[in-house]
Amino acid sequence: MILEDPVLASRFLTLMTLTFHVIYATIGVGVPLLIIIAHWLGIRKNDEHYILMARRWSKGYLVTVAVGVVTGTIIGLQLSLLWPNFMELAGQIIALPLFMETFAFFFEAIFLGIYAYTWDRFADQRKHLLLLIPVAIGGGMSAFFITIVNSFMNSPAGFDMVNGQLVNADPIAAMFNPAMVTKVFHVVVTAYMAAAFVLASIAAFQLLKGSKHPYHKKALYLTMKIGLIFSIATAVNGDFSGKYLAAYQPEKLAAAEWHFETEGYAPLLMYGVLDENQEVKYSIKIPFALSILAHGNPSAEVIGLNEFSEEETPPLIIHYFFDSMVTIGVFMILLSFVYWIGIKRGWAFIKSKGFRWIIVLGGPLSLLAIEFGWWMAEVGRQPWILRGIMTVDQAATTSDYVHVMILLFGLLYIILGVGTIVVLRRIFKQNPIEAELKRIEQGADPS
Amino acid sequence: MSLEILGISVLWTFLFGYVIIGSIDYGAGFFNAYSIITGREHILSKVIQRYLSPVWEITNVFFVFFFVGIVGFFPQTAYYIGTIFLVPGSIGLILLAIRGSYYAFETYGSKGHKGYAFLYGLTGLLIPAALSTVLAISEGGFVFIEDGNPVLDYWALFTSPLSWSIVILSIVAVLYISAVFLTWYANQTGDDEATKLMRRYALIWALPLIVTAGGIVYELRFHNPEHYERLVDLWWVFGLSFLLWALTVWFIWKRKNYGTAVWLLFGQFALAFYAYGISHYPYLLYPHLTIHEGFTNRAMAISLVVVFILGLALLLPSLYLVLKLFLFNKNYVRGTKEQKE
Repeated sequence: MILEDPVLASRFLTLMTLTFHVIYATIGVGVPLLIIIAHWLGIRKNDEHYILMARRWSKGYLVTVAVGVVTGTIIGLQLSLLWPNFMELAGQIIALPLFMETFAFFFEAIFLGIYAYTWDRFADQRKHLLLLIPVAIGGGMSAFFITIVNSFMNSPAGFDMVNGQLVNADPIAAMFNPAMVTKVFHVVVTAYMAAAFVLASIAAFQLLKGSKHPYHKKALYLTMKIGLIFSIATAVNGDFSGKYLAAYQPEKLAAAEWHFETEGYAPLLMYGVLDENQEVKYSIKIPFALSILAHGNPSAEVIGLNEFSEEETPPLIIHYFFDSMVTIGVFMILLSFVYWIGIKRGWAFIKSKGFRWIIVLGGPLSLLAIEFGWWMAEVGRQPWILRGIMTVDQAATTSDYVHVMILLFGLLYIILGVGTIVVLRRIFKQNPIEAELKRIEQGADPS
Repeated sequence: MSLEILGISVLWTFLFGYVIIGSIDYGAGFFNAYSIITGREHILSKVIQRYLSPVWEITNVFFVFFFVGIVGFFPQTAYYIGTIFLVPGSIGLILLAIRGSYYAFETYGSKGHKGYAFLYGLTGLLIPAALSTVLAISEGGFVFIEDGNPVLDYWALFTSPLSWSIVILSIVAVLYISAVFLTWYANQTGDDEATKLMRRYALIWALPLIVTAGGIVYELRFHNPEHYERLVDLWWVFGLSFLLWALTVWFIWKRKNYGTAVWLLFGQFALAFYAYGISHYPYLLYPHLTIHEGFTNRAMAISLVVVFILGLALLLPSLYLVLKLFLFNKNYVRGTKEQKE
């Protein structure tokens, strides 16, 4: 089996863990903000529906957070188990944000626990809402610190290598590396965007299934509006990311764009296939767009892949990852924009079945875009684990049992994934919004 | 105090925190499952679940703290332990994942599925067993350097009486710590039947605890004489720890001062745990890695310590809030409908 090579096996296991964890991490970072907004709207408008929205979202959120916690623990320890040489080196310089992340997470876990178990303990709802703010801050800070570690892997800074030894370590400079700002912003903003569209997708699905309850309409409108704001923010940030890549990781940008010759007035190629002469066929060509993306100037020269040796060229498949990510992002901006305008102007078709199905699709698509983004970021850094300093071959464990662990963890992720879906479905199926509202009218506490 | 001593003390304290909180949690899961098997769930489940619900994620963070911290302060452990701990570490992780997520699935989702409870109870014993093997490995004799890479001799580890003693101690300690704590907690809730049952469990596991702990010291004499010598030098600390154990058992036996018994229990484990840690000094992994060789650079060490202090300033008040709201709130503990605040 090809995975008996510890390097390939370690890469594959890391890919599996991250791909699975990212779904939960994204929801974990994004959803608290939406719960806060709903809870706050409920208090301000004195509208029971929004309060219930916060309550129901937080119920689902508790389940996903649990899986996020355990998969986060897994990736945290797997970094050392699978990439011991990397962690030995990186631990000397980038352990600080990792350490901070555990504090941020601790903070989040504590307040989430309190929030979840104190729904009926406060006469003043605003006090209860206050508990959510540390949850959202903790979640955001976790993403902030972990993304700093990842940005450091892409653009190491804050130290010197002398004869294979790390010297002059400056942990603060390592944290504020060149990739940090664009990357952190990208991760946090897309988490809010994806979380909003996932919740929108659920609301649209309920409406499709025949519920006419205003609760779902309010939820859909709120989440689509929030999604629109954050998807626009993502696009703006994407532009900065392009400029960062051009300046610091030109090989990644060139591989993502299949840009081989260094040239000015560079067009942006979307999709297409590569023939044996490295000619791009059947692609959609947007003139000057790559030069604008890279340098903000249609005539600017963009470094091509031919400038790099073959060993240092990232796999060309990241072109498709990049294009798919961008396509979904743009599609979601358009979708939420049309919906928003449609509501304002009273267009009938946005309430049609077809349109609602597209919104349902938007949730999974947004998560898929997040996956494409991470695959692009991680595969696009190959062959490096720490760009320019250590390759994945040098970093991986020498243990012979990684391929067995792939099977075990694979099984685990299937069980956890299926478990999440089953449990979430059961929670909300047994307890539809109509029934919950009825109980409240009769004076009982919501479950 | 040098920075490496400070670093290892911080980490050791976190590990101690994990051992105590984790043991209460793991043991509670086991007793819960056991009470279902023996048809006594009506006695225990309520008490245990009220305690468990708000704290499991906090428990988990102590563990994460430890392994992130040790890579920060002693990056070389990532290289040694990372390479050799792959299999036991992964098994521990998988069990932790099953336990954590299924707990959440059951609590927030569907209630009362027995399969979950059994799995939960079983993992509560298997996790300490898997994770405690790292303590056996750290005693040396199981790791060899081959082509410049550390390799774990699984057979030697699996057949060593020392590693089995450590595994058994970890399980017995989980049951004992948890039983003593839950005796007090059940008593707080005013639930006499649960108190009686937990008291019995505490007494049952008290003697095996001391016997297995003594067994490890005995095994160590042959396995790692150097460490044994240093351990014997600290005999008086272990003696004090033994005294606290005897007092705990006395109070529980006499059915009084359960609260004091819990504090004595913490004291007993703290003394033994730190004495063991001090005697292990300066080795992280006999004989390959000491805390001096493996220590990170000065800038990183200082920044970690600063962050640690700032972090504690943030966390201690939050933890206090949790304890105040749940563990020490009479209304919550008793499960009565509380006054709105």
